[in-house]
Amino acid sequence: MAQLALWVLVLLPALVGGALALSRAERVAVAVSLGTATVTAALSVLAAIARPSVSVPFMAGADFALGVDALSALVVPAVAVVTLLVLIFSAGEITDARARFHGLMLLFASAVLVTATAETLVALLLAWEVMGATSYALIGFWWREDHRVSAGLTAFVTTRTADLGLYLAAGAALAGGAGLALGDLPDSSAGWRDVVAAGVLVAALGKAAQLPFSFWLSRAMEGPSPVSALLHSAAMVAMGGYLLLRTEPLLASTGWAAPAAAWAGAATALVLGAVAVGQRDLKQLLAASTSAQLGFVVMGAGLASVSGGAAHLVAHASTKALLFLAAGAWLTALGTKSLTGLQGVARRWRLVGWCTTVGALSLAGVAPLALWATKDAVLAAALEESLPLYLVGMAAAALSAAYAGKILVVVWRRVPGGERSGVEAHLDEEERGTRNVGTLEKAPLVVLAAGAAVLGLLALPPVGERLATALGEADVVHATAAEMAVSAVIALLVLGLMWRRPLPEPRWALEWLGVERAVEVTVVRPTLWLAERLARFDDRVLDRAVDATSRATVRVAEIAAGGDDRRVDGAVEWVSRQVRALGAVARRPQTGQLHQYYIQAVAVLAVGVLLLVTVR
Amino acid sequence: MLSLIVFLPLAAALVLVALPRLGDAAARWSWVTVAALDLALVVAAWLRYETPAAGRLAFEEQAEWIPGVNSSYHLGVDGLSLPLIAMTAVIFLACAVYALRETDRPRTQAALFLFLQSVSMGLFVAADLILFFVFFDLSIVGMYFVIAGWGHNDAARSAMKFFLYTFLGSLALLVGFIGLYLAADPHTFDMVELAAQAPLAGSSLAGGLVLAAILVGLAVKTPTVPFHTWLPPAHTDAPAVGSAVLAGVLLKMGTYGFVRIGMPMLPEAWRAWAWVVIAVGIVSVVYGALVALAQTNFKRMVAYTSVNHMGYIALAVGAAGLVAGDTAEARSIAVSGAVTQMVSHGLITGALFLLAGVLQDRAGTYDMDSYGGLAGPAPRLAGLFAVGAFASLGLPGLSGFVAEFQIFTGSIAAAPVTAIALVGILVTAALFLRALQRIFAGETQGRSSGFGDLRPAEMWSVGPLLLLSLIIGVLPRPLLDVIEPAADVVVELVGR
Repeated sequence: MAQLALWVLVLLPALVGGALALSRAERVAVAVSLGTATVTAALSVLAAIARPSVSVPFMAGADFALGVDALSALVVPAVAVVTLLVLIFSAGEITDARARFHGLMLLFASAVLVTATAETLVALLLAWEVMGATSYALIGFWWREDHRVSAGLTAFVTTRTADLGLYLAAGAALAGGAGLALGDLPDSSAGWRDVVAAGVLVAALGKAAQLPFSFWLSRAMEGPSPVSALLHSAAMVAMGGYLLLRTEPLLASTGWAAPAAAWAGAATALVLGAVAVGQRDLKQLLAASTSAQLGFVVMGAGLASVSGGAAHLVAHASTKALLFLAAGAWLTALGTKSLTGLQGVARRWRLVGWCTTVGALSLAGVAPLALWATKDAVLAAALEESLPLYLVGMAAAALSAAYAGKILVVVWRRVPGGERSGVEAHLDEEERGTRNVGTLEKAPLVVLAAGAAVLGLLALPPVGERLATALGEADVVHATAAEMAVSAVIALLVLGLMWRRPLPEPRWALEWLGVERAVEVTVVRPTLWLAERLARFDDRVLDRAVDATSRATVRVAEIAAGGDDRRVDGAVEWVSRQVRALGAVARRPQTGQLHQYYIQAVAVLAVGVLLLVTVR
Repeated sequence: MLSLIVFLPLAAALVLVALPRLGDAAARWSWVTVAALDLALVVAAWLRYETPAAGRLAFEEQAEWIPGVNSSYHLGVDGLSLPLIAMTAVIFLACAVYALRETDRPRTQAALFLFLQSVSMGLFVAADLILFFVFFDLSIVGMYFVIAGWGHNDAARSAMKFFLYTFLGSLALLVGFIGLYLAADPHTFDMVELAAQAPLAGSSLAGGLVLAAILVGLAVKTPTVPFHTWLPPAHTDAPAVGSAVLAGVLLKMGTYGFVRIGMPMLPEAWRAWAWVVIAVGIVSVVYGALVALAQTNFKRMVAYTSVNHMGYIALAVGAAGLVAGDTAEARSIAVSGAVTQMVSHGLITGALFLLAGVLQDRAGTYDMDSYGGLAGPAPRLAGLFAVGAFASLGLPGLSGFVAEFQIFTGSIAAAPVTAIALVGILVTAALFLRALQRIFAGETQGRSSGFGDLRPAEMWSVGPLLLLSLIIGVLPRPLLDVIEPAADVVVELVGR
């Protein structure tokens, strides 16, 4: 029964989504989609309680196995619920091509659920890349605008580059002898295990938009806001961090992969935090902050603090989905997402404003909201491991307070009369605003705000304890009261500073460190150049060589034909001429006169006798 | 059973030729009927199929043919050939449905394709080298007339190039076959017998030369770099159904030869030359993908991705020749992936070429930059096209992934250097998404204006191909249950 629930959980959104995306059932799309998402959310809770696992043979040596364990029991319902909320929001927000939109979102949700429950590399990779493909289609949802489709392409190709790591890991796992089950990966033979870990690490960093792959997330902001709310906060990007949490034993078993993950996460949290502070566009700011916050999750995986990382992942999902949806609501209403254009917007839409405030304060790490506690759980593990890592993490935490403060300052700012025209100039710059935020858009915000407020419980003693035990963490390091107090104070201090004076917006931050340009210059253009060259080589050298060979063959044939005419046939002709000449000679004796014939006979006879005599 | 499957289309072709008064519609529909009937027979055979003992074939038929050289009319199938005849039957049926809109000599065209279908089916079930060779060459003849007769642009020249190049390749193949015959004791052309005997074991020079002849012959047909230059012009100038059969079925004759002839009959030479095959595979994968990336003509682009996709097969069968103690499972997975790829590529590329035919039909050009925003006027085309493109770039959930995942895991485990070829799936992803964007995204412009969306015949020919790809991608077991035992046998034979 529970197993059936798990199958339905992953298959229902896939089937309904596929059917919706292909059909053009615009009228029923929303109802069908919300119904499906509701059933899925209910099933996810059921699955989280019953903990079913299922497995079917897929390929030789690699079953398609799904299962719900303590970790996925936490993440699966979170994903399902956020999906439902985002789809409710989209019901109000997306008015064109609804069937395609909801279909793709459901397909995507199914892929995420499979990713979260996958127990073998093949199931994981399958869902992992389907997530990427649906994200391509969703980012490029408004396909009439070329730049949005390009953004989807960038996202897909960049994440697929990292995904190659999983292909490599699968091959290495097979060679390593322990099989393709995720739980067995640490038992691979030593050398191969390193390859598996490296592959998994790269794939996860790519999906989680960690350095150096972060830039694709910036481009991905060209997609509709609900897409960002689901894909780029709660689900796809988060799955990158989730994969590392799931394979934490593998990372730990190699000795180097765990510290590498911890430092990669810390570096991303710090650097992308700084990038976020320097943004002028709300969605870009949120995107950079997503990379940075996922950095804490990745850090948690590297520090064997799976409970802390998972709690942070779930709390961040709720917080960031909220903020992206709020940004989307204002984008639809005002037609802008630039921070200048959004000044004072919380005063105009109070409910949205207060929800945003809860989200931003949680993001800032203000006590007692969600991300304050979850982040500190990870940082406590960092302090245990190494002081520099802890300090980097603390600095990153301070930066989160800075960029969250930046949002708060903007949305609550009372715009002075003199600046009003400057603000209004930004209105409708992206699309035609409706000047309205509907109920369907507001309702999900409230639920998510509640999540952003209380999910910190996951990392605080009674619940956090039980979560850690369920995840099999023997001796968890909990943040001490002092550490938590310090981080809360730092958050408040930084918020206060942000209120006083704005921080600079350097170019490197606005351009996300220029990684995309660098990749363009060092990878994309040389590849295209090489492709052009090879294509020319193919046409001008290889193909012409073939043509030249055939021409040469014809030439040889012509020479042979000439030789045939002159030599061979000439010889034949010569022989025939000689024979004819001989014939002419032979004709001479045939005179028709009898006495001459007698003389010839006598001569022949004489020669015959002579021959007879001499031979004897 | 097999004889019926092979010769039913030929008989129908003869009837069509004998009835010059037959109306066009009747000719078109009788083609569809016969192709459907043949597919039904194949399905029936599949349902009754039981994996034969190692080294044996199912549904065997044998009759005396040329006793002087020990060549007989010998047919049979196993897990390597059954999926291919099924795929062949599907592709030809799809072409028959697509051609329901054909106005140019439909009766002759139907007869020609039915002839080609018999020849293709015959090749995959042949268990005698002479029989194999006859079908191999007749396929070239049939395709020559398809391109020359129904092609466009520079069709005559492309057809000639195709014919001469692949015919030359087949001669190399014949030399190899004769070498096998002479080395066998007693002399025979029987494929089952030759695989059991593995002649030329112990004589590395002769074995190497015979294998070289066979590999060159097969490499031309497959085609792999550097023998591929006949492929782009042939595809570009061939009619849509011709391209679908050429890419879907005819190319597989080359790769099928690797697993059916090269590996089991010359195991020692195969092991010795495995690295060459791997290298050719890697080069084909990367080179094919990069050259495809630079194309502006959609059909040429797909043609080069075929070189890339066939490269994966070469890579896998090469890696399967690197015999080492504990990699038998990995090598078997690689071979199983190679056979899956043959089926998968047939379905997907067949579908893509049929869709390319729609471009040519409506707007008269394959040039991608002549379009833009085509998703507006032709949403159905855009949808199927996107599915086809994602299938071809190996998206999980579609058959290409099942094939490539097996190829890569198996090959990387057996020969880690093959990981270089992973670049191929990245470049194909980029090039297909670029193509999608160029043709379908943006404002509707150029040749896209007034473009008519897919018609029923086009939907019902392309749709089922992609649906099959989806089914294999999600539920690969029924296919792999057939392929895997045969892959195990091949790996065991090559390890002798």
